[in-house]
Amino acid sequence: MRYAILLMGAPYSHQASHSALRFARALVARGHCLEAVFFYHDGVHNASRLAAPPQDEPHLVDAWADLSREHGVSLQVCIAAALRRGLLDEREAARHGKEGNSVAAPFELTGLGQLIDLGTRCDRLVTFGP
Amino acid sequence: MHEHEDPLRDLLVILRHAPHGSSWLKEGLDAALVAAAFGQRVSLLFMGEGVTALMPGQGPGALEQKGTAATLEMLEMYDIETLLVDAQALSALGLSADELMLDVDPVSAEALAEALAAHRLVLTF
Repeated sequence: MRYAILLMGAPYSHQASHSALRFARALVARGHCLEAVFFYHDGVHNASRLAAPPQDEPHLVDAWADLSREHGVSLQVCIAAALRRGLLDEREAARHGKEGNSVAAPFELTGLGQLIDLGTRCDRLVTFGP
Repeated sequence: MHEHEDPLRDLLVILRHAPHGSSWLKEGLDAALVAAAFGQRVSLLFMGEGVTALMPGQGPGALEQKGTAATLEMLEMYDIETLLVDAQALSALGLSADELMLDVDPVSAEALAEALAAHRLVLTF
């Protein structure tokens, strides 16, 4: 089956991100197609390339990036939810006159239309939130 | 609920949070509006404290956020006309459907499962 995940919980604040990641890994291990993870609400913080958790804790941001590289999962971040929370890629940082940027590939800033599109095209859209 | 040729509607957005105190309601409504703008047939279901979103006379709020009342007033423009309200939540909060700012269909607890099953996709906020 073709799956997509909607993640709305911030990493480390709630279980949602950990659960979503484990579900994602289980899907690909079972041979399903995980087309994309869409990050919305506080879930956009999963895309912060500046996250520096203690070394003896799982690194969620890196884990999403690994999942994307190994299994071709697209990582889509709602741009409106991201910008107001300080998550900007190089292009948006330049556009808003910010010195640094906090979102990099394989995460991509995109619109809510992509979420609706995933919900329409995939067999299942599974939501994780606090 | 409105009658359509296809028995299944495209999207049900469930709103469970009050208008002030978090961005859940705002971000849920944003998803509903975008879906409607993309031509999807969208219904809303206000559950729990989410029913207070429909209280009339709301200002933008003390936190300098825009508030959601203006967005709710735009729903008709987006052809979002199926507005379901959890009847049990209404009565628990001492409210009745006729004092809300929009025309809504109260749904009993028993009929909620049917409402969910009538949509291809459900997003919960």
